[in-house]
Amino acid sequence: MNPARTFATARRVLEQLRHDPRTIAVMILVPCVLLTLLRLIYWHRRLVFDVAGAPLLAIFPLITVFLVTSVALLRERLAGTLERLLTMPLGRLELLVGYALSFGMLATVQAVVASLLTLGPLGLRVRGPEGLVVVLAVSVALLGLGLGLLASAFARSEFQVVQFLPLFVFPQLLLCGLLVPRDRMPAALHAISDVLPMSYAVDGMHHLTRETGASAALWGDILIVLAFATGALMLGAATVRRRTA
Amino acid sequence: MDIVRAGAAIQVADLTVHRGGRPVLHHVTASIAAGRVTGLVGPSGSGKSTLIRAIAGVQAGVTGALSVLGETPGSAAVRRRLGYMTQAASVYEDLTVAENLGYFAAIRGAGLDGLLGRLQLEPEADRLVRNVSGGQRARVSLAVALVGRPPLLLLDEPTVGLDPLLRRELWALFGELAREGATLLVSSHVLDEARHCDDLLLLRDGLIVAQLTPAELRERTGTDDMDEAFVRLIERQ
Repeated sequence: MNPARTFATARRVLEQLRHDPRTIAVMILVPCVLLTLLRLIYWHRRLVFDVAGAPLLAIFPLITVFLVTSVALLRERLAGTLERLLTMPLGRLELLVGYALSFGMLATVQAVVASLLTLGPLGLRVRGPEGLVVVLAVSVALLGLGLGLLASAFARSEFQVVQFLPLFVFPQLLLCGLLVPRDRMPAALHAISDVLPMSYAVDGMHHLTRETGASAALWGDILIVLAFATGALMLGAATVRRRTA
Repeated sequence: MDIVRAGAAIQVADLTVHRGGRPVLHHVTASIAAGRVTGLVGPSGSGKSTLIRAIAGVQAGVTGALSVLGETPGSAAVRRRLGYMTQAASVYEDLTVAENLGYFAAIRGAGLDGLLGRLQLEPEADRLVRNVSGGQRARVSLAVALVGRPPLLLLDEPTVGLDPLLRRELWALFGELAREGATLLVSSHVLDEARHCDDLLLLRDGLIVAQLTPAELRERTGTDDMDEAFVRLIERQ
């Protein structure tokens, strides 16, 4: 992998974002608005906010990063710039890591801002280290990035990308343990939730909500989320084909 | 073949390409001479873009033999020396002209060496591509292919829809690049543009109709009108 070409790609994607301030605003603000809304809904039931707040802090960034990343890479495929880049001395991994660096940066900003708002003004109470709430939120944002890159490979249009959101994300939302704790689900559903990355994000947030200190189980959850993110990125790289019909 | 030259930059032998289960190129054999402007001319749907994509190494469903600068198409060695302009202007709409060229130059590890000036794009350097005219966008796309002065240029309809004056300037530029040593394969569905090329590859329905020079085409068909010459060649087959 050539670092110069990778960084040039990351820089180019950031330049594109700079010309599109609306997308940046949507990415940073939407999770904040949603979390604020959650706090207002449970204004008189603070305990519910404390239980649901942290998991949702992991879920909202995943959705927004997923959408922005998949649309951006799909546009690269549709506009012909991807085909053109593949006739140049640019490796597929250089391209995807370039995307991961730039969107990862934005995803990190988003996760940090949302975490600070939730832990600060919104007053989310967690027993575990607040720093790790931020770390887990950033890991989940990176997962959204990997899944978005992967989803873009299967979509033929922006319309389809949006349709993929219910397909890739909503089943995870139902099975991740947010609505019903995973160990109280029917065995088959529990088994399915075991292979879905969002389950580990929510498990991790549950650890942070309930336990003081950073347990091995919590670190395990963070590592699993990051492993899923890396795996999705690698699979995404495999779907970028030089030769197409 | 009418023209067989020793210095072939591209050699195509018995090339067949299937798209969506249907053949779009049938047993094409041709050689493209180094250091010359070869026009790939034929009506829409004749397979021009498919042939160019096969040479660029991005076309799937290819059988037959294809040698580009002595290497396999799409190999790293070719990709370092190839400039490819796709039919649609494949540039980033949400970047400025200068940012587009800067990025592709970084990918090639090259500078811009006055490319903006050469294509009269300097006044547009800081405008977003989405805000420039169609002709300017086509020139940005061409500039991207020229970044780093690749010795082999595959240009798919670079002059389509452009103002006649600009078209003439571009053909002059292509000639200049060839004199500087580059090999150019330039496609066009405007048969009249054939007159600007050193060599011609006439394509129709996925078959090579003829490979000859414009002078040979005129001589063989007895007309100076390229449209008419094309018709006479086909009628004779």
